[in-house]
Parts: sequence; C-alpha cells; structure tokens
Amino acid sequence: MSSESTIAGLLRRLDAGEVSAVELTRAALDRIAQANGTLNAFVSVDETGALAQAQAADAARAKGEAGALAGIPIAHKDVLMTAGLKTTCGSRMLANFVAPYDAFVVEGLKRAGAVLVGKTNMDEFAMGSSSESSHFGPVRNPWDPERVPGGSSGGSAAAVAARLVAGATGTDTGGSIRQPAALTGICGLKPTYGLCSRYGLVAFASSLDTPGPFAQTAEDCALLLDAMAGHDPRDSTSINRPKEDYRRGLAAPPTDPARPLAGLRIGLPEQYFGDGIDGDVAAAVDSALEALRRLGATTVPLSLPAVRLSIPVYYVIAPAEASSNLSRFDGVRYGHRAAVYDDLRDMYRKSRAEGFGAEVKRRILVGTYVLSHGYYDAYYLKAQQVRRLIADDFRRALGACDVIAGPTSPTPAFRLGDKSDDPVQMYLNDIFTVAANLTGLPAMSIPCGFTRGSLPVGLQLHAGHFGEARLLEVAHRYQQATDWHRRVPPGLGLRDG
Amino acid sequence: MGDWEVVIGLETHAQLSTASKIFSGASTAFGAAPNTQASAIDIALPGVLPVLNRGAVERAIRFGLAVGATIAPRSVFARKNYFYPDLPKGYQISQFEIPVVQGGEILIVSPTRGEIVVRLTRAHLEEDAGKSLHEDFHGMTGIDLNRAGTPLLEIVSEPDLRSAAEAVAYAKTLHGLVRWIGICDGNMQEGSFRCDANVSVRRPGAPLGTRCEIKNLNSFRFLERAIEFEVRRQIELIEDGGTVRQETRLYDPDRHQTRAMRSKEDAQDYRYFPDPDLPPLVIDRAWMDRVAAELPELPAAMKARFETQYALPAYDATMLTQSREMAGYFEDAVSSFGGEAKIVANWMLGEVSAALNRAEVDIGAAPVGPAELAGLLKRVADGTVSTKIAKDVFDAMWTGAGDADAIIAKRGLRQISDEGAIEKLVDDVLAANAAIVAEFRAGKEKAFNSLVGKAMAASKGKANPGQVNALLKQKLGR
Repeated sequence: MSSESTIAGLLRRLDAGEVSAVELTRAALDRIAQANGTLNAFVSVDETGALAQAQAADAARAKGEAGALAGIPIAHKDVLMTAGLKTTCGSRMLANFVAPYDAFVVEGLKRAGAVLVGKTNMDEFAMGSSSESSHFGPVRNPWDPERVPGGSSGGSAAAVAARLVAGATGTDTGGSIRQPAALTGICGLKPTYGLCSRYGLVAFASSLDTPGPFAQTAEDCALLLDAMAGHDPRDSTSINRPKEDYRRGLAAPPTDPARPLAGLRIGLPEQYFGDGIDGDVAAAVDSALEALRRLGATTVPLSLPAVRLSIPVYYVIAPAEASSNLSRFDGVRYGHRAAVYDDLRDMYRKSRAEGFGAEVKRRILVGTYVLSHGYYDAYYLKAQQVRRLIADDFRRALGACDVIAGPTSPTPAFRLGDKSDDPVQMYLNDIFTVAANLTGLPAMSIPCGFTRGSLPVGLQLHAGHFGEARLLEVAHRYQQATDWHRRVPPGLGLRDG
Repeated sequence: MGDWEVVIGLETHAQLSTASKIFSGASTAFGAAPNTQASAIDIALPGVLPVLNRGAVERAIRFGLAVGATIAPRSVFARKNYFYPDLPKGYQISQFEIPVVQGGEILIVSPTRGEIVVRLTRAHLEEDAGKSLHEDFHGMTGIDLNRAGTPLLEIVSEPDLRSAAEAVAYAKTLHGLVRWIGICDGNMQEGSFRCDANVSVRRPGAPLGTRCEIKNLNSFRFLERAIEFEVRRQIELIEDGGTVRQETRLYDPDRHQTRAMRSKEDAQDYRYFPDPDLPPLVIDRAWMDRVAAELPELPAAMKARFETQYALPAYDATMLTQSREMAGYFEDAVSSFGGEAKIVANWMLGEVSAALNRAEVDIGAAPVGPAELAGLLKRVADGTVSTKIAKDVFDAMWTGAGDADAIIAKRGLRQISDEGAIEKLVDDVLAANAAIVAEFRAGKEKAFNSLVGKAMAASKGKANPGQVNALLKQKLGR
C-alpha cells in the first residue's frame, strides 16, 4: 500500500481509471474482514449497501457526474444516524436501533459520493477516552493490539490507521477525535462548534459535541471537511456563513517554497509543556516545533492561566448536559426496555439500569447532581463562568499568535484496562483537548513522531474560530516536509510509503 | 367568611394558533388519529434538534405589546427535566429565568370592585406534552404524542384577584384578549385555554397565607367552583385549628371538590438549565415594531373610542368590545345604518345577543349580518315599521325569510300612517267599546291605554302608534 491509499491519491487513481470504486470497496471490505477480529473497529459492516454505492459512484464517474469523493470508502462513527442502518452508540440501549434518517454530515458525504462501508465502534454514548466502554467490546490499537486506540471515536481512528478505510467521521466532545487520532498516528480535526451541523448526532453534551473527520493527511481532512461543513437550518447552533473550499486553500503554492510558513506565529502555552507529560511525547512535540520553525514559523511563549481548570469545568458541564440528553432513553418509544417490571417507575429503573453501562451511569449521576436544586449555582453556574474565563484566555492568546501548539495527549496509547477502573486518571487524558470544546475553537491533531516503544505521538494545533483553513494549511505544509503521516502500523501486511 | 380575604393568582396556558409546532414542522391541528402528527422531533428520536417557530415568538410579542409588558430583547429557553411517558425527551423546553414577556397588566371589571388592574408577572413560551390514554388499553397505557410540542404561552398573573368571581372575570378578559389579538383560538373544550389557580386566604392586612395550586381548570365554571371550594376548605381548615399545606390539588368536577395531588415536600426537582440546543431568543426593535404595526386596535382603546365617537355609555362600549367580531359587526352596522349609533347598540345588546344566545352561535355565524340589521333599522327610523313590528321582522330575517324590505312587503307589515284610515280605525274602536269609553270619561285614566291597544290590535299592529294616540285624544276631547 502506497501513499495512494490517501483519499487524494485514490481519487487520482479513480480519475485515471486505474481502479474502480467497486474494487476499492471490495478491498476495504476484505481488509475489514481480515482485521476486524483483532481490532473490533467496526460494529456493523454494510457490504451490500457499500457495493451498491460503489457501483453508483463508478456509473456517475463514467458519466462525468462524480461527486468530490465518489467511490472513496469511508466509515461513520456509530453515534451518527445512518438511514436504514443500525446506530448503536456502542450501547445496549440502542443495540438494535435502526436509524430512520441520515445525520447532516452523513448526507453531505453521501452527496459527495463517498461509499459508506460500515459503522465504527466507540465508547458508549461517546463517553470515554479509550473506546473500552462499548457494549460491543473494546477497540484495539493497530500499533499494538494490547493498547487502546483512545476514544471515544476509537473505532474510526483504528479503521483509518489500519488503512481499512481512507477516511472516517468522528465526534469530539472533549477530545474524542483528536486524542484517538494522536494515539493511532493519524489526522483528526475538531472543527469550530457550529461549522458542521449536529443534526443526527446522538447528543452527549450538546454545547460541546462536534462532528469532524479522520484521515491520513491534512489534505484528506480538507476533502472530507468540504463535504461535512455547511449551514443546516435543522440545527439552531449551526452557523450560517459562506462555504469555504478547504482543499483549494491547500493547493495554492507558498510565496517562499523554502519557508512556506514564514510569518506564522505559533503560540506555546506554558501550561501545555509542564510536568506530567510523557518524556517521549514531549520530545516528539519539541522536534515537530523545530520542524515548523525550519519551515519559517516563529514560536511565542504564552500563558493560558485558566486552562488548568478545564478538566473540572468539562466534567461538570458535559455530564450535566448528558444527564438531560440521555433522559429520552426511557424504554417507552424505542431502545431497550426491560422484559419484566412492576410499574412505570420500575420500567424506567430496570430499562436504564440494563441499557446503560457504568461510565454512562456515572455521568448521568454526576450531571443530575450538579443540576440539582441547591447545587446548580455552586457547580453548573460556576463551571459556565470559568468556561468564559478559559475562552477569554484563548481570545487573548490568539491575539498574539496565529495558532497554538502543544501535545494532543500527555501520554501515548495505554494498555487496555490500565485506566478503566480509575475514572479520574481516564479523565486526565483529556487535559489538553477539552479546552477547544469549552471554547468552540477548531483544533487538530497530526502525527508528529513516535515514542521509543514505537507508539504514535500527536501534535495538537488550535486556531481562532473558523480557522480550519489555517490549521489545515499548517498541517499540510508540515506533512509536505515530514513523513510521520505515512507510517503504517506493523503486522498488517502493509508497508510504509 | 366576612373577616377572611381571598388571594388568587392565575397561571394560564394559551395554546398559540400556529400551523406547526413550536420546535418542529408537524401540524398542530386538533383531533387527528393518535401519533399521526408527531414528527421525529416530537417523538424525540436520537439526534434530532429543536428549531424555534418564528410564528410562536411573534404571537408572544403580540401578547406582550397588548398588555404593555416589556419584551425581553434576549430571553432564554431552559430544560425542565422530569420523567413521564408522554414527555418524550424526558424534559420540557420552557423558559425559566428569563421569559420573553415580562410584566404587563390587564384591566378587568370586577363584580364587586369595578374596574381593577391585574398585574402580570410574566408570560413565557413553552411546549406542551403529549397525552397518556388510560382507557381502552386493558391494564396498559397508550401514549398519543400529537399534542407534544404544541406551542403554549404561559401567562402568570400576580396574586391580585380577591374572589372566584374576579378570577373568572380576569380569565374571561384574558380569553377575550388572546382571541382579539389572534394568538389563540380560545377553544376550552380542546384545551387551547386552561388555567391553574393559586389560592390562599388571610385575615385582611395579614401577610399572604400558604397557597394551594389547583391544576388544569378548562372551563370558567370549573374555575369558579374549584376556587370557591378551595377557599371554603382552607377557611374551615384554619378555623378548625389546622394549617394549610402548600400543595398541588386537582379539581374533580363531578364532586365539585379539590383533592391533594402532591405536597411541596415531594415536589420534583426539575433541574432547570439553559437548553444548549437553542441559542438565546433575540428580539430586536425592528421585529417588535413590525409586530406592533400589525397589532389590531386593542379592546380598551376601542372601548374608549366607542364612548366618544358613538356617544355610548361605558356599559354598552364594554359589552360591544368583548370580541373583535362583535365590535366589527357594530361598526359595520352603524356605518351602513347612518343613524344614531345608540340604536344599533340597543339592538345588538338586545335582540341580536338574545338570538345568538338562543342559537348558541358566535356573531360571526349570525344569519343576520350588519348590513341587513342596518336595513331593518332604517325602516324603523323612517317610520315604515314600528319597533315592535321590527322585532318580528328581525326574527323572520333570522330564520332566513329575506331582508327587511322583502319581509315587510311580503307580509304587508308597512305601518299605516294614512290619516283617513287611522281615523276610521279609531272611530270603529270607539263605537265598539262604549263601556271603556264610559270608564275613561268617569276618570279611569288606564282605560285610554286599553283603547290604544284595541286600535293597534285592530290594525294588526301596523297603525302608527303616535297617530293613534293623537287621534284618540282628540276624539275623546282631551
């Protein structure tokens, strides 16, 4: 497998007639059949539907009517509604739920001609940082199957990292795209809140949930984002602004090819480079910054004092919203209902006790508590106030620089079971990622090196609101000069290229 | 009961007359087969999101302007969380800390205190829940979500009402107003307008007593009876040495009594918080101005205008401005008639209202329109028929016998004003009733009226009564 496994590369081969969409789809289905037993990245695979879409893509291409992603095999995180297919959210509660409609981002990728091959595994209801809490079993990291791929969108990240599909969707509520991208050595973009509609995304924390793409390269992320972004009147928090062409932005040649990032100011918050960061991770990030400087960027030290509060703020706001969002799963209209119960209250109690896993229950309990009479002001309201302070910090910082950089995750992929009994340790994984969700800012993780144990490390970049084009450009220039994104997990019968 | 003061505040749910629901595109029409008007949003499928209906906001603004309230430039939707099978999301979207309409007041006529101002606390937008159906399901419960998501304006009054009758007067005025400004159809049988009453009693001058809330009163009669029962219950309780517990109560219309539903202690914690799916509702000056420009003349202003423009007594002006249809009918009839407006008012508050009540129809459905009524009144004014005959003509018009002129012509009801014909009539009556004439001459004044009556009867009511009077007086030597 060569660099031609990128979306951009596959599109060139499709356009040149070297390969058909049906062939690509069959190959993807074959790889999934081989690898999924180990990785458990897919909850469901739609072979018949995928081949039909691939045939349609080939027909469209023959007529010169192919969409921008026609024939590219992709996967959707199983928290996004896909008409006619199961959408389980990794939960027993929705184990047999067939979505009657498509999510906005699913529609967009369908319109562009992408071929949906299946739905990816995830932490239950997107609550987690390891993809271990799924009702369908844990997802494993293609770089080391004894390790987690990160979460909650671990299935999508593993699927792209193992080259099972060329691209995938994820959702990012506190880092659920970026952290697994970092831990599996791929790119993951969390767009500005409101850029991609949440319509059809099963809500975890409505003010934080953000759909976004996973791919091997920044260029591929741009291609996917082109199909996923846009105004949607069905989501009142979707922002109505002119559509950008993210890929075209990358095509423009830099004025100074030797120093394509000349003039770029990269902010380095002291809070992202302190204690508690794995030495190998810190070293990889440092060499990435050095590479960016060689490309012409300058780095400026700065401080985000309130960002140290982002974990506690996040773990008040996200559970609060979740406790309310998950109330609809009551066994009355759809989803799991207990087989035996005494009365209405008993039906609620048993259906939810049986349908939800431990982490989901923990967050519902925490969320219910922080919204309760007498506690609301001390927790929820206070958290919202601190959230504003964090946003103020970033606004100030982004006045002095163009992007903010740091590690995506303080550690590389950890072993399965290492943190699943210690929620607080698990929550601390999100220490660098939750701020982007609390502030609504776009952020991206790109592969920037490996630990001595050959585990991938991610570099995180933040930009100002709607700064996706800038993030993608910085990442693209970096990837033109480096090859971390071309590294393929060993043991998959693939070669680097 | 003389030394007790009753204190009442009402919370009224007015269903807003939008074609679609407050957060979805599903129809709000009443009476469809269960669950046929429930969209993915109304049944709360995973992944769906609410989108606010502009029409519902406009109606709230209209109400706010009509009661002189502050329209919040920024108001916030909040989630009220509780589990119930007919509440599909597990929360109701409502407004909590910052409602769209703040303050305002409504002028009502109290049966005991005359015109009084009732202050409003607030009015906020929210969605209705569905319905649980406990019949026909053999030990199970059916859920109909057609009503889920129907837009409501909850209008909260201050505790300014002092009797059940005042509460009814307020509710009726409010009911008239929401229909007047076209934001609610007011259909109480279908639940479009329903009240919760907060009732307490105290010794005059004392601080407010503990209140009980009576839920879901969907007729003025139930409202009145429920409050009357509740007031008696509370007074008897206190006079027997007990204390009123703060609780929610239900009115049982079959037994004419209220019974406890839940006490304050087991009141639920709704865990309100701002709905992250809905940005704050922003209403700018321009939007308010547009709504204001479309607002009809309001009842209070119209009443005042009727008093000056048509020289009507306050009572008539109040009665004629009970609904926009009534007022419109009146103005159309006056303009078509061209004569004294008070005559039109008398007819409308007399014959027309009585006929409407008998037929149990609204004025919009009256078989005699304002132009037709004016046609009849012209015939009274020009002496073609007497007022008495005109009432018969009106009844005929009501049954669809034609317009006033056609009925008068067809039935030969034209008033006899011919001097010769009336003189003959009078002469015949005098000749045939010598005994009565004798009584009159003996000083019995009433005998004169009897002779007038005989003459009118002989003419089948058609003789001009003035002329009959004058001629009789003349012939009897008065």
